[in-house]
Amino acid sequence: MARKWKFALLFLICSPNTELITPNCSGRNDMKKIEAVIKPFKLDEVKHALTKIGIQGMTVTEVKGFGRQRGHTEVYRGAEYKIDFLPKVKIEIITPDEMVPQVIENIERAAKTGKIGDGKIFLLPVEEVIRIRTGEHGKDAI
Amino acid sequence: MKRITILLMILGFLSMGVAFAETPASSPPKVDTGDTAWILISSALVMLMTPGLALFYGGMVRSKNVLGTIMQSFTALGIITIQWVLYGYSLAFGPDIGHIIGSLKWVGLRGVGLDPFPEYSATIPHQAFMIFQMMFAIITPALITGAFAERFKFKTYLLFIILWATFVYDPLAHWVWGMGGWIKNLGALDFAGGLVVHISSGIAALAAALVVGKRKGYGDEPMPPHNLTMTLLGAALLWFGWFGFNGGSAVASGSLATSAFVVTHISTASAALSWMIVEWAYRGNPTVLGAASGAVAGLVAITPASGFVGPVSAIVIGLAAGGICYFAINFKNKLGYDDSLDVVGVHGVGGTWGALATGLFASKAINSAGNNGLFFGNPSLLGVQALSVASAWVYSFVMTLTILKILDWTMGLRVSEENEINGLDLSQHGEAGYSF
Repeated sequence: MARKWKFALLFLICSPNTELITPNCSGRNDMKKIEAVIKPFKLDEVKHALTKIGIQGMTVTEVKGFGRQRGHTEVYRGAEYKIDFLPKVKIEIITPDEMVPQVIENIERAAKTGKIGDGKIFLLPVEEVIRIRTGEHGKDAI
Repeated sequence: MKRITILLMILGFLSMGVAFAETPASSPPKVDTGDTAWILISSALVMLMTPGLALFYGGMVRSKNVLGTIMQSFTALGIITIQWVLYGYSLAFGPDIGHIIGSLKWVGLRGVGLDPFPEYSATIPHQAFMIFQMMFAIITPALITGAFAERFKFKTYLLFIILWATFVYDPLAHWVWGMGGWIKNLGALDFAGGLVVHISSGIAALAAALVVGKRKGYGDEPMPPHNLTMTLLGAALLWFGWFGFNGGSAVASGSLATSAFVVTHISTASAALSWMIVEWAYRGNPTVLGAASGAVAGLVAITPASGFVGPVSAIVIGLAAGGICYFAINFKNKLGYDDSLDVVGVHGVGGTWGALATGLFASKAINSAGNNGLFFGNPSLLGVQALSVASAWVYSFVMTLTILKILDWTMGLRVSEENEINGLDLSQHGEAGYSF
């Protein structure tokens, strides 16, 4: 398994098709994906904040995981179990570059409790977006 | 095919025996319709306890074993019914041989007809008494399954409960309830099965947990209950059915049945509260599993005492049961054996407390056919109760150990490691409990 991964990585680095790993070279890419893993009870506030600034769509998944917060213990009839994976919500948003700072700022503000376990925000490049119904491409399809 | 024909012939002969026996010799005692109605309803109530137990246990295992766990209880309904009709009832309640066991005179229920049999129940048909007792014989082996949950081979299990019912339950039931049984002659009190049902299954569970061994990953990986709503529903069905278990053990409708019914409820409610409170104090949370377990502990504890004690005694018995069983279960975690669903802690320890509590709180004012306990001026009853408890402990432990060792050498007790990881549902039954 591990060897396979190494192989794939090697292929990516050496690939002449640089577009795959350095999207900015293409000059066409002006969209980003923002992934935020947050506390489940903050989802409504985040959604509210984002729709207010004009975000028109998002994908939400119930996920489990842990970071520095680690898990918690549950006790059943005196037997202690350490539950490592805590429930979180992952939000995925595709947005034009110019809106990125605003979106991130709003997620940060709405999802913050100041306590450990508030989650993380990831920013990723996006190659292309296609609306299936109309066949539109790029920003028009967001 | 040939075997089936022979089996059918045997059944045919047996049924002829019943037909002959039904012709009455002298004028039989009169059947009381009220008593009969209550015992038939009680039988149905006790029957419902076994599926209730299936849900109680089913919710406490991991989701990959939910069907395997439920199935162990449910098949007991099938197997023990046949065993009881063919020879189980005769061994337990048939004419006495040496105060140890019933004879085989009532094989195939020959002679167990629709007239009352005054030795057991003067006012209801003998078959009503038989079917009521059958439900006890069914749930008792099913109780043990909690000790080896999530790892026992189904094929071996089927043989195990037949052997266990034959060599442990039937003799014990004869000792305590059968005509001429030696514990009955001793004067020990067991109203509804503290000894016969709960100590026997609870101690069998201890033997089983030791012989079968721990679940794979026990102590390392989390094995939390997968559906506690199911467990609570199961506990509620047990509570409901137990009114028949204890109330019906009066073998008549009327004041004694009422008294048993009332104290059963009081003890259960008290124990549910006390377990919850003790756990809250020690662990910081009043858990649903704790309240459900406490209720069952209270039911177990009041079982032997239910026909002999009053309402305030029932509160004391229940409150103590919740606390004692809670600490028993925590003690298990220190000892390190894997009695997965705590049959020893709840039924073994709870049943023992109940049997001893009968020696403390029994009162002739409640039941003149009973006796006075320590707190009512008769310390000797406690000694008799202790002796009966010790006998049941030793007998159940030794016999269960022997049966399981023999099965281990011949058929194997556990599913393979791979099957244990994949779960009993898929490996033993080819089904999944949940598909979303």
